[in-house]
Formats: sequence, structure tokens, C-alpha cells
Amino acid sequence: MTEMVYGAVPARAGDPILPRWWRTIDKLSMSCILILFGIGMLLGLAASPPLAAKNGFAPFHYVERQAFFGGLALAAMFFTSMMTPSLVRRLAVLGFIVALIAVMLLPVFGTDFGKGAVRWYSLGFAALQPSEFLKPGFVVVAAWMIAASQEINGPPGKMMSFVMAVIIVAFLAMQPDFGQAALVLFAWGIMWFVAGAPMLLLVGMALLVLFAGTIAYNNSDHFARRIDGFLAPDVDPNTQLGYATNAIREGGFLGVGVGEGQVKQSLPDAHTDFIVAVAAEEYGLIMVLCIIALYATVVVRSLVRLMRERDPFIRLAGTGLVCMFGVQAMINMGVAVRMLPAKGMTLPFVSYGGSSLIAGGIAVGMLLAFTRTRPQGEIGDILLRRTR
Amino acid sequence: MTRTPLRPLPRILSAREHGENPDAIERENLRLRHEEMRDKSRDRAEGRLLVLGIFFLCAFLAVGMRMAVLAASEPSEPRMAAAGAAIVNQRADIVDRNGRILATNLQTFSLYAQPPVMIDKEHAARELVKIFPDLQQDQLIKQFTGNRKFIWIKRRISPEQKQAVHDIGDPGLQFGPREMRLYPNGPVASHVLGGAGFGREGVSSAEVIGIAGVEKQFDRYLRDPANSTAPLQLSLDLTLQAATEEVLAGGMRLMNAKGAAAIMMDIHTGEVLAIASLPDFDPNNRPRPLTQGDQSDSPLFNRAVQGVYELGSTFKIFTAAQALELGLVQPETIIDIKGPLQWGRFTIRDFRDHGTQLSVTDVIAKSSNIGTARIALDIGSDRQKSFLQTLGVTEPLPFEMIEAHTVNPLYPRNWSEISVMTISYGHGVSTSPLHLAGAYASLLNGGTKVTPTLLKQDGPQNGPRVISERTSAQARTMLRKVVTDGSATFGEVPGYHVAGKTGTADKPRTNGGGYYDDRVIATFASIFPAHDPKYVLVVSLDEPVETSGEEPRRTAGWTAVPVAAEIIRRTAPLLGLRPQVEPGPITGVTLTAN
Repeated sequence: MTEMVYGAVPARAGDPILPRWWRTIDKLSMSCILILFGIGMLLGLAASPPLAAKNGFAPFHYVERQAFFGGLALAAMFFTSMMTPSLVRRLAVLGFIVALIAVMLLPVFGTDFGKGAVRWYSLGFAALQPSEFLKPGFVVVAAWMIAASQEINGPPGKMMSFVMAVIIVAFLAMQPDFGQAALVLFAWGIMWFVAGAPMLLLVGMALLVLFAGTIAYNNSDHFARRIDGFLAPDVDPNTQLGYATNAIREGGFLGVGVGEGQVKQSLPDAHTDFIVAVAAEEYGLIMVLCIIALYATVVVRSLVRLMRERDPFIRLAGTGLVCMFGVQAMINMGVAVRMLPAKGMTLPFVSYGGSSLIAGGIAVGMLLAFTRTRPQGEIGDILLRRTR
Repeated sequence: MTRTPLRPLPRILSAREHGENPDAIERENLRLRHEEMRDKSRDRAEGRLLVLGIFFLCAFLAVGMRMAVLAASEPSEPRMAAAGAAIVNQRADIVDRNGRILATNLQTFSLYAQPPVMIDKEHAARELVKIFPDLQQDQLIKQFTGNRKFIWIKRRISPEQKQAVHDIGDPGLQFGPREMRLYPNGPVASHVLGGAGFGREGVSSAEVIGIAGVEKQFDRYLRDPANSTAPLQLSLDLTLQAATEEVLAGGMRLMNAKGAAAIMMDIHTGEVLAIASLPDFDPNNRPRPLTQGDQSDSPLFNRAVQGVYELGSTFKIFTAAQALELGLVQPETIIDIKGPLQWGRFTIRDFRDHGTQLSVTDVIAKSSNIGTARIALDIGSDRQKSFLQTLGVTEPLPFEMIEAHTVNPLYPRNWSEISVMTISYGHGVSTSPLHLAGAYASLLNGGTKVTPTLLKQDGPQNGPRVISERTSAQARTMLRKVVTDGSATFGEVPGYHVAGKTGTADKPRTNGGGYYDDRVIATFASIFPAHDPKYVLVVSLDEPVETSGEEPRRTAGWTAVPVAAEIIRRTAPLLGLRPQVEPGPITGVTLTAN
């Protein structure tokens, strides 16, 4: 009766949110991310004052902004990582739709900030790059569709998600932002691969990419120049790459010392695309190897955890997110050491950039939410196997 | 793998018999199949995730290794001259036929300013003006305080100037090495060498490019780094060139001429040993082209190559030689020279009255226009035109100077009979002195074609035959007579047997038709020694006037010939030519009493 009159005493199904979060979260990956963010702040202190001076701001203007956006990003990361996978999926779908519309409206309302590509919305105090938010949203939505297609009598999710990817790539290429477009395509390819793509088709895809690359090389001066620069045995020391290479050499194993580096003076992208060159020059190889190890830890550990995951959606979405994160870091550093042709790509969490930082926080938050330890039905498995 | 049907008939039937819902069986089978599928896909995904993990691990390892390799290698200084964009220096030298240097390179410095790093801009400007008086202090201050980040102040400065600028002590004043072209002989052979300037400029080097003369003609060769140790060897002889220029300059002053040109050429090889044009300039400090007036008055104008003049009676020997070659006349044939010769509305006169009849040799020696015109009438226009073409005086010469390619000789489009007559004595056709030298060489070296060249040759050109050897010898005899008995008696240089022909042509008026009465081009085209010709010398004076007599004399015999004779007197010993001295009178024993 008491219950009928006053309502039931609210009872929790499990233990409280925070303790459960702490118990199930991938603490190692999360620590790596936090350390990376710290390193990013540290490098920003060195790399951004010349740019701030050039643009007429206080020396640590960009560092302050980085700290502000970084705070937002970390908050977003923690908040997202506490959600359940289904809640993440629902919110991500909504976010994806908003971001997609924003990307589509870029040609109308966007600005190019004089950089030749319409990628941003000007918000006055900051610029918003919707394609950064589109990427994690797309990964979740595509994973959802592909996972649904694996149900019996499910929708043709692989085809649907592929069409979606193509549409997004088309819009990104229009900006033009071939880097993001390639990332979107890459993420879809990885998810498709993990979802069980036939090997023959994969080889066909690889050939297609090669073919498309050849066409781009022949038709785009910009693209061809970058490839030529990459293939040339001698790096022209007056290009960004030349400065970056020299900075790495200059740094050696232990670096020239904090604040002693010169490369930040000559590289316009020292605080974004070539931040690793600044790290290599001032702190030496040791710092760079640390950064690489941190990224590798996050990627490999997340993949290992996802291997145990039974829910296809979580597996796919987590894989897509972590691979996108890893490949972005890999490309950024690969360019700096001239293993890959020059392509502007930020180093997640380390490079300066508000949108990329917050979107990165959300993406990593989702990843952490997906890689949380949860019951995988092992007992049921054992019991079922017995019955079979 | 056998696929179990979703609705196995025996089970359905037995279920129906037991009154159970057969759909439950289907659902149960569906669930099993689904689970089986998920297990399979999970196994596959596990494998593929492992592949991904290994791939990423390897990729990160590779980046790390590469980073380590880079960190272990030596840093290289950023250089301005990056691969592919290098400015290549070390322009090849230019030397004369004996290897003496005509053009070489010198290391100097350029001076530039970087205002953002300057400390005391006004002080720097003040001190700079003290060192370089041609700079404007206000302008310098304006430049230094403006928005510019980089200002060229001087393209080339001397070591002393560099030290002085250095002593100002401003870090914003900086030096870039500059390799500059140096012509150590100053104005000697200036027109041939032309000059060089800077092309693309960087801070640490600048491209040196030829802007005229052989520097431009052979620019590609001189700039080729493969040739930096292989100098360009010209046919010029520096000593001869200097002597020729000196004598010519003296002659030009004595004869009150406003310009002069001389060409000394080897008659067999076509090598130009000396080629001079006055007034000249210093290629180290090449003047700017004239912005107004006649470009042919500029010191940059090369009269010997670019000047296209009516060269007058020097052409008469072509007419005589062709008539001899065709068998129309013999050297002794008597020609009617009764004047004046009327042809339509034209009248042809001689400068002096030589009576009514002269032999062909004397027509040349006395330079009779009427006699030459009459001979030319027998030759006719077609044959005359083709003979002049064979001698090469109607086309631009393939001479190795950039300026020569655009020099078109002028001749009448319609080669009428009156043209035939005037052209026979060198009027109505305009060529450069260089054309004339080439034609004389071809005609008088034994009759084989010679094209003038500026590059050292290995031997005679042995071109196609222009005229028979016999005719060539006859023409030489006639020209020798011009010097011994004719209009060029001042041209006799004892021992060197000069033979040649004078030419005095009135200058055409610059504004409209007709000719000046008192302005002439006086030319002497000569060869020496006459019996075994080795060299051609053409001397041409622009508007000479010789005023030592009672009336001003302008004919070539009084102006160009003495200058040419002096050049031969000076240069023949330099050429290693042995004078043929006639034995003097045999002296007997003379007794002198104190």
C-alpha cells in the first residue's frame, strides 16, 4: 500500500554511474589521451608564439584558446564516455544529421578565411569546421547500418552506408578538403573490411584507388606538385617539408632544448600540421617516440578490446573511430618524416584547432564508451555450447 | 556445411499432430541460424581486427624508425640554391685567338637592406649616401621606413665599398655574393663582346646573362656549366684589335669624321682578326640605348656590322671582274667614257674628267663611273644580280654576333637598267662594311667564297668557286694599279704591296630624298700583299673632311686611304708579314774627304 500511495523507493539497477564508469572504462587509453593533450599544450607554448606575433596577438593567445577548447573537449570526452552505447548511437545519429546539413550548407553560408577552401562557419570568436563533427557521426551511423544488415532480413545497410559515404565525400571534395574526404572513405572501408568484405572486392577497391590517384595526379597541379615533391630524392630545403626534415635532424636524440627551436619561425603550419617537427627539434627523438607510443597504445589497445566485443554495432563503430584516430596521427607524422606525400592533417589532440579538438574529444569519448568492459555473454555462451 | 531448413517438414508435421504451433519451430531455427551467423562473423572480425592492429603497430613502428634515422643524420643548412632551382654561375671566359682573356668573371657583392632588422635607419641612410653619392638620402629613408621588408640598394659594390658599408655597423645592411662579368681590356673589342647583365636574382647569387654581341649570341654555350673550363675562343687578335682601334681613332680625329669602322680579316679563312667601330664604349659599364635621336649615333651602334651604307666605287671591281670572267672585256679593252652619260632623266658624271677613252684597268684605277656603267650595261641586270648574290652582299651574314642577323642590305626591288648602271659603281645598293670585306675576300683570294666568322678556324674555308683564279689575279693587278697610279696613292705602304679600291659615296638625306653635298661615307677596301693576298682591310669613315688644303677634301683617297695605310703599317709587322723590300741602288765605293 505504501508503495502504491507514495511510489516505490527509487532503486538502482546496478552500481552508481561514476563508480561503474571508473570500473569499466579503458583507463590506459584514457590516460594516453590525457597525456597527449598535455603534450599538445606544452608544444603549443613553443610553436604558437611566432604565429601569434605575426597576427598581432599576445604571445600565448593560441595557447589560451587551446586550453579553453581543450577543456571543452575533455568535458565532452568524459561526458560521452559515460553514456551507454545505445544512447551514444542515438545522439550520434542526431549529431550526424545536423553536421551533414551544416556541411551541405557550407557553400552558401561558409567562409574560406582567405585559404582557398570553404570549410568553416565564422562564429565571431571562433571558426567552426562542421566536417570535423561529421566524421565521428558518420562512423557511428555507418556502423549502425552495416550492423543492421547483418541481421536476418535486415536492411541493405552496406550499400546504404556506402552511398552515404560517397555523398559526403562529394561534398567534402567540393570544399575542397580531400584529406577529410579520404578519411571518411577510409573509415567506411575499414568498417566494411571488419564486417566481412570479400577479399576480391577489397583488391578491386585498392586498384580503383590507384586509378583515381593517377587521374588526380594528371589533372590537378596542386596534387601533382605534392606527389613530385614526395618522389624527388632531394628535399627542397625551402619547402615546409624541407624545414620539417631539417628540424628533426637538428633535434637529434635529445633536442636542442626547450624554446630553442628555430623551425617554428619559418613554418606557417608549425602549430598544426607540423607540430611534430617542433617536438622533434626542441625535445628530440625521445619526445617523438613517446608521442608515437601513446598513439599506438590507444589504437592497439582499443582494437584488442574490440576483438572481444560481441555486439556487431559496437565492434564496427569502435573500429571505425579508433582507426580514423590512428590513421590521422600516422599520416600527420608520416608526412613530417617524408614517408607519405604532403597532406595537411592535424595530429589529434596535439595540434592546435578548436573544431578538431572538440570533435576529437567527442570521438574519443564515443570510443571509450564503446570499449568499456561489459558482459559479453560468456556464461551464456558456455551454457549454450553445452546444450548444442 | 549443410544448411538446416527453417521449417523441416517432419518436425512440422509431428508438431501439427501434437497440436503445437509450427511457427515456434521456425523461430527457434531462425534464432539458431542467426546465432551461428553472428559467431561466424565475430570470428572473422576477430581475425581482421588482429590484422588491423598489426598494421597500425607496424605503421607506427615504421614512422618511429624513420624518425630515428632522420634524427641520427646530419642537418643540412637551408640553401638558397636548392636542387632544381639553382642559379648556375661560372660563365665561361671569352678569349682571343691566342688565349688572351677578353671576358671573365669577378666575385663582387651586392648590397641590400632588410628594414625590419635595421637599428638606426636615418643614420644608415646618411652614411650610405656618403659612400654612394648617387643615392638619395630622402628616398632611402622613405624606403627604409616603409612597409618593404627587402630593398636592393646596389647590385655590385667593390671590396672597399663593402668594407665601408660594413663599418656603418647596421645589421639590416647585408651583402650577397655576386659574380659579375669583367672585361679587363675596357673598350677594346667592345662591340664584339657586347656586355652582360643580371637575369634572375637571388640573395646569394644572380644569373649573368649576355645582353649583346657574342655574349648574347653564345649565351647558351657560355652559361652551360659543362663549358665553365672551356673558354669561348674568338678569331680576334687582341694586339691587332687594340692597334687597329688606336690608329682608327687617331685617323677619325685627324679627318674630322664623326664615326669610323675598320675590319681586318684573313682572306682565306674568313677569320675576323680585328673589327672596330668608333665611337665605342666600355662593356663593363655599358651605356643605355639612346631614347631619342638616331640609334646609329649611339656608341652602342656597330658601324662595321650594323651600319648599312652605299659604299660607292669600291663596288666597281665587282663589275670589272664579272665582265672579265664573262669574257666581255680584257684588262686592256678600251672603254668609251665620254660624259656625261645620259640615261632617261638620269645623268652619270665622273668626279674628274679623264678624257674620252680609258682601258678597263684605268677605268678602275681612275674610278670612272661612266666607264663602269657602260661595262655593266653589257653584263645586264640578271647576271649582275646573281653575281652580287654569289658574293653574299644581298643577304644578312651568318656572322656570330646577335646584331648581324637583322642587318638586311638594301637594293632596288626592281633591278632596272639604271639600277644596273648605278649599282656597278656602288650606288643604289647599301651593305655593311663587313659584307664588303667578305665580298673582297671571296673575289681576290683566288676566287673561292669566304664568309666572315668570329670563331677561330683550323684552315682555309675553301668555299664554292665564285670566279676563276685567272680573273681573281687580274682583279688584283687592277687594284694594285689603283694604289700605284690611281686614286689611292696614299695607300702605298713600302714592302707590303697594298691593293685596293676607294669609294666615296654621298650620304642620303635623312629627311626625304636626295643626297647631301657635303657629307660622305669614305671607304677604302684593300688587300695585302697584292701578289699573294693574305689579309683584307676595310676602313670606312663617316663624314670625314680633310682641311689641310685650300678647299675641304672629302674623297676616300684623301681620308680613308691614309688611315688604312697607317693601320697596315702598324699591324703588318704584328701579323708576322715579311716586308718585300726592293733592293736599293747598288752603291759603289764612295770616297769622302774629311
